[in-house]
Amino acid sequence: MESTMPVLILAIPLFTFLLLGLLGKFMQRGMAGVIGTSAMGITLVLSYITAFTYFFSGNPLFISAGGDRLQAVIFNTVWLQFTPDQIDAAGQIVKHGLAIKLGFLLDSISAMMLVVITTISFMVHLYSNGYMRDHHGVCEKGFQRFFAYLSLFSFSMLGLVVATNIFQMYIFWELVGASSYLLIGFYYTKPSAVSASKKAFIVTRFADLGFLIGILILSYYTGTFNFTELTSVPVEGLNDVYAVSAGTAEHIRSIFADSKAPLFMGASVMTWALVLIFMGGMGKSAMMPLHIWLPDAMEGPTPVSALIHAATMVVAGVYLVARLFPLFLMQTSALDIVTVVGAVTALYAAMVACAQIDIKRVLAFSTISQIAFMMVSLGVTRIAHTDALGHEVHEGLGYMASMFHLFTHAMFKALLFLGAGALIHAIGSNDYTAMHGLRKYMPVTHWTFLIGCLAIAGIIPFAGFFSKDEILTACFGHSTVWAIWMTLVAGLTAFYMFRLYFLIFWWKEHKVHGEHVPHDQPWTMTLPLIILAAISCVAGFVPFGNLVTWNGHPITGAGFFTNLDNLNWNVAVISLCVAIIGILVAMKMYRKENPLPEKMRSALPRLWDWCHHRFYWDELYMFITHKIIFDRVCKPIAWFDRHVIDGTMDSFATMTNRLSVAIKGLQSGRIQNYVWVYLLGALVLAVVTMLCVL
Amino acid sequence: MFSNILIYFVLIPLLMLAGLGISRNVKQIRAVAVVGSTALIALSVYLLVDYLGQRAAGNEAEMLYTGSWSWFTPLNINLSVGVDGISIAMLILSSFILFTGSFASWKIDQPKEFFLWLILLSTGVYGFFISIDIFTMFMFYEVALIPMYLLIGVWGSGKKNYSAMKLTLMLMGGSAFLMLGLIGIYYHSAPAGQPLTWNLLEIAHNNAISTGWQHFLFPMTFVGFGVLGAMFPFHTWSPDGHASAPTAVSMLHAGVLMKLGGYGCFRVSMYLMPEAANDLAWIFLILTGISVVYGAFSACVQTDLKYINAYSSVSHCGLVLFAILMINTTAMTGAIMQMLSHGLMTALFFALIGMIYGRTHTRDIHEMGGMMQILPYLSVCYVIAGFASLGLPGLSGFVAEMTIFVGSFEQGMIDYLGGAGSLRLVFTIIACCSIVITAVYILRVVGKLLLGPVHDDHHRQLTDATWWERLSTATLIICVAAIGCFPNFFEQLIRFTFNPEFFRALAANVPVLN
Repeated sequence: MESTMPVLILAIPLFTFLLLGLLGKFMQRGMAGVIGTSAMGITLVLSYITAFTYFFSGNPLFISAGGDRLQAVIFNTVWLQFTPDQIDAAGQIVKHGLAIKLGFLLDSISAMMLVVITTISFMVHLYSNGYMRDHHGVCEKGFQRFFAYLSLFSFSMLGLVVATNIFQMYIFWELVGASSYLLIGFYYTKPSAVSASKKAFIVTRFADLGFLIGILILSYYTGTFNFTELTSVPVEGLNDVYAVSAGTAEHIRSIFADSKAPLFMGASVMTWALVLIFMGGMGKSAMMPLHIWLPDAMEGPTPVSALIHAATMVVAGVYLVARLFPLFLMQTSALDIVTVVGAVTALYAAMVACAQIDIKRVLAFSTISQIAFMMVSLGVTRIAHTDALGHEVHEGLGYMASMFHLFTHAMFKALLFLGAGALIHAIGSNDYTAMHGLRKYMPVTHWTFLIGCLAIAGIIPFAGFFSKDEILTACFGHSTVWAIWMTLVAGLTAFYMFRLYFLIFWWKEHKVHGEHVPHDQPWTMTLPLIILAAISCVAGFVPFGNLVTWNGHPITGAGFFTNLDNLNWNVAVISLCVAIIGILVAMKMYRKENPLPEKMRSALPRLWDWCHHRFYWDELYMFITHKIIFDRVCKPIAWFDRHVIDGTMDSFATMTNRLSVAIKGLQSGRIQNYVWVYLLGALVLAVVTMLCVL
Repeated sequence: MFSNILIYFVLIPLLMLAGLGISRNVKQIRAVAVVGSTALIALSVYLLVDYLGQRAAGNEAEMLYTGSWSWFTPLNINLSVGVDGISIAMLILSSFILFTGSFASWKIDQPKEFFLWLILLSTGVYGFFISIDIFTMFMFYEVALIPMYLLIGVWGSGKKNYSAMKLTLMLMGGSAFLMLGLIGIYYHSAPAGQPLTWNLLEIAHNNAISTGWQHFLFPMTFVGFGVLGAMFPFHTWSPDGHASAPTAVSMLHAGVLMKLGGYGCFRVSMYLMPEAANDLAWIFLILTGISVVYGAFSACVQTDLKYINAYSSVSHCGLVLFAILMINTTAMTGAIMQMLSHGLMTALFFALIGMIYGRTHTRDIHEMGGMMQILPYLSVCYVIAGFASLGLPGLSGFVAEMTIFVGSFEQGMIDYLGGAGSLRLVFTIIACCSIVITAVYILRVVGKLLLGPVHDDHHRQLTDATWWERLSTATLIICVAAIGCFPNFFEQLIRFTFNPEFFRALAANVPVLN
């Protein structure tokens, strides 16, 4: 495959960013939207072609004779050489030095991510053309800036997923963080938006510190940043997927599997490296305890929440673990940590989502919970074994399920967020208390939102059903405890999503204030909703088992209904029942105005308070950052600097000054004093001389 | 003598001084400053191109364009010049800072005197970077320091007399150590019976300083230069000095003069005394490691924009010395990158602070807010400078810091696994933490100063940047982005010097496992 198209996929959004960022203010506002959207449209087409070529062209670069999907490095150029290549006398490169390269890696997950990112990004671009206007269709202030930032984000995110090496990923990882910062703080005159953007950046930066140190450890021991080499571990099933020499693969395997690396605090240094890298993923993917920035990030415009904080950037952590999966597979203790973090976060976020009033926050916690599903799914993946119910589990099922869920979740969560945006745009408030009973006024939004809810709840045949079912199957295959745990969270998911749905669209008749009757939004906003809803209906039938697996080896056939054939109906029935129970409870409680929710709340006041206040994590962080770090570390250091260090320096000057004041009396100019001193001196000298002579 | 291109780096400033002397009005003064600094940029870029051409043609000499002219024969003092990639990088940096600094002082009072002192200062800077004779190097170093006293004392603001005096005295204190050290080096510069020399290359070639003497002279010179490089605990001149200095002086001082410290540390201390560098690095590693986080933590609570930036410089310049002390090719390359990066971005910061201060007459972040609505151009530049400072990829800070961290970590692991202790490793991880703290104080300023609602309604009448301010800041931003986007060019330019054959300190640190 020639590299023009991949280059364009990255170059077009970057160029659009520069164009709109530098020249945006000389354009008409609407024009900026058109440019941004059409540029994204071109990127979308190019990405689709690339992904299609990868999956279906049968090109030997992408698929082996045995039917395994391969990794293909389309281009890779040195960006920053850290250590030079070692060259022998004959001029041959013996060993490559460490270098950051910028390149384009095409394999099944990056091709899938290209599709996800460009689809959602294009929908969001289109939608923003309507959303970022007031009710008279006049563009908001900063319209050009908004589209410039969206382009920057799309560029960074695309660069992240196609990274050929972990440092390229880190570079784009930081760039998506910065574009997220800019977009959360888009309404920069609002103090809450400013502090939310700051919080998001700093929390993820803290996580990135772990990521960076993890990279440093990993690269020191393996001597490379490149994914193809790092993940080329020769385990069964990885034949020629990774085009590296057997020597390299064996070198890396020996470091990981044989624990050649030293121990640190009881664990192999390589485990630490992976856990630290995972810490970066926890920050971006808002896993507990680094989740606190994501709910606040909802201060950004809603299309941004749909793009960045639901569909693409927040799954970067999952993508990172998936990218390094063969390494994790050799350090299963690191995978166990992934599982525990994911499972705890999933439950926590689902509980909190049940007690939020702001509809965007419900969706934010729901996102955290769903991403945690993906994490758990990766964490429970092992190679070959029989599950608790006595079935032989497909190798690496959890990995496939995780990527599948990433894909479907991106579609239906973006749909839900864009639907929420339509509601917020129509009503002018984020709280469901201001909505209620909107189904008659906004039918398109209503139906598409309902599809989104059904998809996330996991009702057959919507997209979420299939991916969630695969995840639960993978969990059952690994450990019954986590499987039951995650099934409960799935039930809770159905409950809180339908709680939201009923409270927005049912509960009671909508009170119309004055002449302003809520209505569906212009086509730029409804069209993306309809498209995404359509995708949410059919995405479950995409044969992921055939397309995306951890080692490129298909585990199912390629047909459209293969997912149905391969369902584990035992698990499917359980998860369906749980979801339906969740929906029915929500319906009972919230379909019509009734005192039941109030009763529940007063029956369990403590639980409600903790959930409503997100288990007081924010307060804890405030305490640590303000009361401890700021007051107890920064301030004393600043005081120490001014008073002790600088005080010492000043006191040198003061002492010199005092000394000269003290001795300046000697230079009085009075002859009598000089004579006395002269005589005394002469006397002393005389005495000394005499003593010496004697 | 005049056939050597390097001489012109001193001659042009001297011509500019003459030109300023005969200038009649402010327009002529500006013309002299702009033409002169543009000529210097052109000259340094030409030098870079020519240098690369010579290297490509296979010239493997350690220093190019060497020349030596006798100055004071009884003491073997020569005017010896020569440059390598690092000096060229520094010359380019100085030229760009001088150029942008001239535009930032477009409306200064008493322009003639101001520019006279400023150009004299630059003469010292250029002379320092082209010299390879440590006596003339030291002389130019002093030439660069003294004008600072007058520039701050006359054109400064706030407690300017105190600050000017403090800065000068502390730097002079450093010079005293330095001079002792340099004289000591001179007397051990050659094996017994051969003529003594001040020439860097000859001293290094002779390799005659005994380890015992190195242990005495290394700390002398390192502290001497380290004071100018704002090494903890000798950094306190920096916050006060910068706070009082006028804009262009802050730019030149933080952008270029502080680099003299780092440059001197590796060119004199590390280069001439490799054994002591390896033996004593740990002392200074601790001090500079402290600088890195200490400066960052201090910056978090300051409210004066210049203090914030001065402490941030302590942190960033600390990283320069820290990386030099790693005695690792990658880390030292990163140190020079960081010098370039810090020079440009801190000059940008000080330029912007000066421009904001010139409008609002306050630098206290609590008295300002919402500048993004009033001064969009300056605010956007400030955000870009902030991003460069907190290490956003695509801007210069990231590449420099990452090179340093990768190199330091590598050296730390080599030490640790080779049984040489875990000091380097531990301090590398501590230094890495600065990327988080930097983000905290940068975003704190951005949030308070630029974003949010307008704090003071009087500020609404302010006007955004003028053309000369735009030119000044845009030039710096382009430089910052150029390094950030094409780092390999600079990396290759710098790396040549860090070859164990030339740089003997590196020879002691050979990787044991990788």
